[in-house]
Formats: sequence, C-alpha cells, structure tokens
Amino acid sequence: MLANYGYEDASGTYYITIDTDMCAECTDHACVGSCPAGLYDIILDDYDDEVAEIREEQRNSLRTLCSGCKAGGKTDWPCTAACAAGAIRHSW
Amino acid sequence: MNEERKEYWRWAESRWTNPEISDWQGRTITAGVDIGSTSTQAVILVDGELFAYSNMRTGSDSPESANHAMAWALEGTGMTLDDLQYTIGTGYGRVNVPFADKCITEITCHARGANRIYGPSVRTILDMGGQDCKAIHCDERGRVTSFMMNDKCAAGTGRGMEAIANLLGVDIGEIGDRSFQVEEEPKPVSSMCVVFAKAEVAALMRSGWSKEMVLAAYCRAMAIRVCKLLTRNKMEPDFAITGGIAKNKGVVKRIEEIMGVTALEPQGYDTQIAGALGAAIIAIDMLKKKRARGG
Ligand code: SF4
Ligand code: SF4
Repeated sequence: MLANYGYEDASGTYYITIDTDMCAECTDHACVGSCPAGLYDIILDDYDDEVAEIREEQRNSLRTLCSGCKAGGKTDWPCTAACAAGAIRHSW
Repeated sequence: MNEERKEYWRWAESRWTNPEISDWQGRTITAGVDIGSTSTQAVILVDGELFAYSNMRTGSDSPESANHAMAWALEGTGMTLDDLQYTIGTGYGRVNVPFADKCITEITCHARGANRIYGPSVRTILDMGGQDCKAIHCDERGRVTSFMMNDKCAAGTGRGMEAIANLLGVDIGEIGDRSFQVEEEPKPVSSMCVVFAKAEVAALMRSGWSKEMVLAAYCRAMAIRVCKLLTRNKMEPDFAITGGIAKNKGVVKRIEEIMGVTALEPQGYDTQIAGALGAAIIAIDMLKKKRARGG
C-alpha cells in the first residue's frame, strides 16, 4: 500500500509516501532512528503487518520539520538514505 | 429573552431495518460502528447481509455516541448487544467504542464498504467526511492499495459546507439543487478557509451575488480542491464517493465534470454508512479467525 502523509497549502505540496508492502518485509526499521525530527513510527497496520507511518501529530507540519535536512537544496536525506528498500519518497 | 435559532446545517438522522430478515437467531451477526467528527453510524449484518443501521450526529462524548447509535440500530429488532458476535470500531473516535472487539482505520473500512456499496469494479474512492477528505485506491476485493488525506483545514469537508449553510441560512439538504440555480457558473471562491469564509461571503453578497451564486462558487472551489487530491493519489474511471457530501449533488456533479467521470451509483445504500458497513464486513473475517483459534 502507498500511504501518503502530508498536506497541500498555499506554499506547495508536502507529502511523504511510504510503500508499506516493503515495510512488511523490513527487519531493521532504520527510518525510525534516522530521522532527527522523529517523524517515523512503526505500527501494526489493519492487515497485521508491521509498517512505518508518519506520526499523526506531525503530518501537517512536514515542510517545517524537514527543513533542516533539506536546507541548501540537499537531496540525500537521512530517512531515504536509511531505508535500504527505497520505500520512502518525498513530494518536494 | 430566549431566542430559538434555526440550525441550517442539521441533516436528518435516520435508521433502517431489513424487513426481509426476521430469523436472525443462530446466524452470524457482526457489527461496525463508525464514529466520525460529525456523524456516527452503526451497522449490523446477519450472515453478511445488511440487517439494520442507524446514522446520527456525533455528540460530545464518543463512547456515548457509539452506545446511542447501536441502541438505535437495534431498536425494534429484538436483537440486543449480547447477540453481536464481533464488532469493529472505526473512524476518528474508533478507540472509544465500548463494546468493540477491535479497531480498524476508516481508510480500510471505507474501501471495504465501498466495494459492497458500489460493486467490486470500484477502484477510486473519495471519502468526504466531516473533518477531513481522503482519496483511496483499492483492488477488486476492496483492499487499499494507496491513500492520501487532507485534514489540515476544514475546507473541502462536511464541516466547511455546514459553515457555509449556516452563514447563508440555507438548509444543508438544499445546497446541491440551489447551487445549480445560476445563469452561469461564477468563478470559484478564492479562499476556501472557513475562518475567512464569513468575510468573503459577506463581501460577495454586498457586491450583488445571490445566495445561489455563492453556493455555486463554494461547491466548485470544494470540487477543485478534492479533485487535486484524487489526481495525486490515483484516479480511475470506476470512481465512487462515500461520506455525507456524496449526498450533495452540487459538489458531486462538479467533481464529475472536472474529472470527466460519472460517479458510480450506490445501489440503494446510504453512502454515509460505508465505513461502518466495511467494519461489519471485516468483522466477519475476524470472527472466522477468532473461531479458528478456538476463541
Ligand atoms: S526502513 Fe523503509 S522499509 Fe523499513 S520500516 Fe522504515 S520505511 Fe519501511
Ligand atoms: S527529511 Fe529529515 S526530518 Fe524529514 S522525514 Fe527525512 S529524516 Fe526526517
């Protein structure tokens, strides 16, 4: 399942997409420890698989929360680098 | 002086019992309760067939709303809470269903419910609820393959539409029809934010706009907003709308026009029960698993 967390506002579109089918096979859940803003959490989804999600209380502030990692136009963010399966995508 | 104010946003609560099912004893009875921010539904299935449901406004206390909705669905059926063999809670208040065996997200339940209401061909689902709006893509079994939601602001939600109904003094059930009573479609309102809507609506009315023009502009703005969400997630022609706003033709027709599709017909079902219906269907699988484990 492609789970899209985030929002669109006047300044742009800010979504993080997680391919949870890949999470179901993942053993290290490296995304969780990699993110300085603590955005990732591991949950048991409705199909009883352990998958990553973006914490609910942070979903509507992604632009601000990710700004440190993305400063200066950087594209090698800790979360995408940590996820060996390539399950994480950002829309901006 | 005590002045009674008319609340234009109030939609009619409802309940239904299937007249064709009287012999429910000894059969599989499952239930789903969907506690949304503005409405709560309770659905009861007998051997997977719709037996009864209720659809009411959510009160300030979620457990009480769940109890009321289920009590109303059970009313006059002879069935009691003890007869429910497996119940799933869903929706924003899902953890607050006191008699639920399990909680499941509304995204999973809406997809499963839409699969029943609109048939297995449905792939793209737009759930326009009271507080948020979700675009869901599912497979032929009603299993979610992707979703995207917008809950950052009330615009594009039932709450936003209720605010406009109240501001204009138009009954919520009339918005759709009245939004088409315009000679030509006005441009969509620029600000969809309900916080600014009051000022914007007042300014439009002062500049000579009729209520119908404001409604048309607001419905179009809402449609444009949700269409972006649909396109970004995954839009397929077998498309359905669940939730309360599915009943607002003013928004539905404009979504169809923008996307170039015709929304599937709900085959006699109330679109607002999609989440609770999906929960009650998933409860059948859960009950089987529980029994297989010897529970
Ligand atoms: S590291 Fe990647 S695959 Fe593993 S749980 Fe996190 S997002 Fe999923
Ligand atoms: S870009 Fe940085 S802050 Fe944003 S999700 Fe990735 S690791 Fe976390």
